[in-house]
Amino acid sequence: MTKAFNNSLADPSRRTFVRSLASLAALASLPMPAWASGKMGHKMGGALRNGMDEVAGPNVHLHIADGMFRTDNRSGHGIGLNGTIPGPLIRLREGTRANLMVHNMLGEDSSVHWHGLLLPFQFDGVPGLSFPGIKPGGNFTAKFDVRQSGTYWYHSHSGLQEQMGHYGPIIIDPEGKDPVEYDREHVILLSEFADMHPHQIMKKLKVAEGYFSQQKTATFDDYNMNAEERLMWGRMRMMPTDIADVSAPTYTYMINGHGPADGLELPFEPGERVRLRFINGSAMTFFNIRIPGLPMMVVQADGQNVQPTEVDEFQIGIAETYDVIVTPKAGTFALAAESMDRSGMAQAALTSQPGKSAIFPELRDPPLLSMVDMGHGGMAEGGHDGHGGSGHSGHGSMAQGKMDHSQMDHSKMNHGAADKPEPAMDHSAHEVGGMRMRDTSLLPASVDVNAGVDMVAMNPQDRMGYPGLGLDNVPHRVLNYEMLRALKPDHNTREPDREMELHLTGNMERYMWSFDGKKYSAVKDSPLRFSYDEKVRVKLVNDTMMAHPIHLHGIFFELVNGAGHAQPKKHTVIVQPGSSATFDATFNEPGDWAFHCHLLYHMHAGMMQTVSVAFPEKAGQ
Amino acid sequence: MALAVTYSPALAQVDHSQMDHSKMDHGKTEKTDEKGHGDHSGHDMKPKPAPQLKPVKSGPPNAADAIWGEDAMRASRKALYNEHGNMSLYWFQGDRLEYRAREGENGYLWDVQGYYGNDTDKFWLKSEGEGSFGEEIEQAEVQALWSHAIGPFFDLQAGVRQDFHGPERTHLALGVQGVAPYHLEIDIAGFVSNKGDVTARIEGEYDHRLTQKIILQPRAEINLSAQDIPELEIGSGVDSIEAGLRLRYEITPEFGPYLGIEQEWKLGGSRDFAIADGQDPSVTNYVIGVRFWF
Repeated sequence: MTKAFNNSLADPSRRTFVRSLASLAALASLPMPAWASGKMGHKMGGALRNGMDEVAGPNVHLHIADGMFRTDNRSGHGIGLNGTIPGPLIRLREGTRANLMVHNMLGEDSSVHWHGLLLPFQFDGVPGLSFPGIKPGGNFTAKFDVRQSGTYWYHSHSGLQEQMGHYGPIIIDPEGKDPVEYDREHVILLSEFADMHPHQIMKKLKVAEGYFSQQKTATFDDYNMNAEERLMWGRMRMMPTDIADVSAPTYTYMINGHGPADGLELPFEPGERVRLRFINGSAMTFFNIRIPGLPMMVVQADGQNVQPTEVDEFQIGIAETYDVIVTPKAGTFALAAESMDRSGMAQAALTSQPGKSAIFPELRDPPLLSMVDMGHGGMAEGGHDGHGGSGHSGHGSMAQGKMDHSQMDHSKMNHGAADKPEPAMDHSAHEVGGMRMRDTSLLPASVDVNAGVDMVAMNPQDRMGYPGLGLDNVPHRVLNYEMLRALKPDHNTREPDREMELHLTGNMERYMWSFDGKKYSAVKDSPLRFSYDEKVRVKLVNDTMMAHPIHLHGIFFELVNGAGHAQPKKHTVIVQPGSSATFDATFNEPGDWAFHCHLLYHMHAGMMQTVSVAFPEKAGQ
Repeated sequence: MALAVTYSPALAQVDHSQMDHSKMDHGKTEKTDEKGHGDHSGHDMKPKPAPQLKPVKSGPPNAADAIWGEDAMRASRKALYNEHGNMSLYWFQGDRLEYRAREGENGYLWDVQGYYGNDTDKFWLKSEGEGSFGEEIEQAEVQALWSHAIGPFFDLQAGVRQDFHGPERTHLALGVQGVAPYHLEIDIAGFVSNKGDVTARIEGEYDHRLTQKIILQPRAEINLSAQDIPELEIGSGVDSIEAGLRLRYEITPEFGPYLGIEQEWKLGGSRDFAIADGQDPSVTNYVIGVRFWF
């Protein structure tokens, strides 16, 4: 088994690059690189390289420092680790004790969160929650037993540093035989780079709705919508193109720190089983992943092995990871990671013929939001079976802009599937086409109704079977959550002790985002508390028109996707617009953990909560 | 399955303010619990109550206090909450800065606003004014308002307005500003002056995208008065109406020059005042200007 980690653009010297700072420091005769000597600091003296090196555990040093970064024709201020964006690949082994030492050479506080890793909460890396943060010039060491394997990543949890490049991959090799057989592997870390400072991005999102979109509806556009549909969106004060808050051309989409023009090549030998470890390390971008002509066998999701399932395309939410196996014959294949709003694409060539460029597919037409995304799911079809993946095919055409509700018989809408008994439709002031957009009487008492809640999903559907916006009517196989089955179906053997419902709430116009109507800044004294080892079924209801990738730190949950004992474990779940998603979590990792939307600017706007798990009682107390 | 949540992480720990962290053997601690439950029972220290920490059923999450100390966590915890939802920012917009070509002396107009504040509460400044070149300024005012969100799309605004033209007037102002259905931007305000005069102003504008960069903006303004104000040449009822159409090219979303036309009518008593003064009560302005924000 060859495990050639090869970040290609193959500068051979890069491969032999010293594997850890510890060994580097030992060789005093070698000149120290800028990032190691502290010369870069916040003076921005150095340049950050594209791509990443590899550092092998158990002892790993990470130096956080800023500098100029360039990809394609864009350059700007970046934050890297060990002199690169992304930061180095950290390679650990299950059953060892990791010793991860982080040095902050920025002029401001920083942190590293080990995304998806099981560890004592105080090493989880969220300033103000799990530890005090790392001061400028300071350092922090996370020591923990590695008790898992798979593909993970790490990133800053301080301010908006993640947008500037503060992220990198983690691979944990299993203690025993890896059930996934492969001859070669490549990390595919997806992210974006902007030369606009993230604070500027945040401000523009706050003061100018739709600022970054070049695909808004207009008199002269190519969207197949009639006047009535356009008026309906206007009446709601919403935009059917509200799919990505920030997008190209502000963003250059990258694979392993390389924009499309860099011509990144990922080599292989014909006939090899190649393991591609996809990590969405972006701040704001859902990607649609395709390698035209090459089927992908999905073998792992969020670091957890799943029963192999073959697809031609999959959508990856922010912070999710998927491992796939491909077995290409000789040739050059286009690895295309198209942003969900189809404003741009990250690209790499998977090739057995170095230097031969791949032919990338054109960007497809941008999708539009549909009635289901407004929380009026199930209405077009009447009844719904709760987990109806296939049942959504009826909306396929809507996603392509034919929101055909003019032909709907609203009087026959079946509200039976709603959580609560529906009051008779009174066609009150807030109605749109016979549907109320903000009927706050549908919300449980736990939701704080305020200016930060601009919509209430009237009939949210569970959409575990939905492949993601714009992928529900493509002519090939697309992954969805219902297809994920744990490889070892040994969990979900216990009934949940209780159930809870959390609402994802927001206001597009004011760019406010929250759980249950309460921004994180407003809930400081009331975390979500759980007993030790309590198993809870959590239903997330998305009362907004955006998809939110919701991430729980420190604990894997199981998607309630109809897989029974084979419910897949994940650390991040996409909750589709106007829909719900349910997971089971056993709260057996005590301490305080962050729980948040992984859209960076949503989290920054307040879509975050603390999950506080009690410590186990000890005998004799 | 009912595990009582009575056990505080604070109690699970010891009083860390008195602990020597350098001697803590974290390695050993975690190894004693291979499931990694962060059980710090490996410390060979008797847990004792830590009264300075709040019980676990209420108050802020405090597990980290037991590890790093309450003092060490305080500042970062405050920053954590502030950085996640409590940001304040400023915004300034020149909605209309324009040159107005018309019969007689050509004129100018400004209409700017800006704020500083958070999602729900802002200090809001507005200023409007106009005049003809070579003449005394016709109208100039500044409003200073507190603006509070009363719903997803609307703010209630209250404050003062100071006029700088003609006989000086100070007004109390109360209004609502926000986005109505169809993305109609609305600003409605009522004013009571220090002379007891009651007036009102209704403004609405709408950005219609022809393309991503070319925007057609219809705009209307109606001024109302509850009484005749001869000093200001305002008659009771509908004082004046303005209707305009501006075609803007957004070089960037922040900066868009425009061309347009605007029609002003003085009505009722105000019309009579204008005619008596030798002014035309109906004026057509051909405007060129710029809209910007930062």
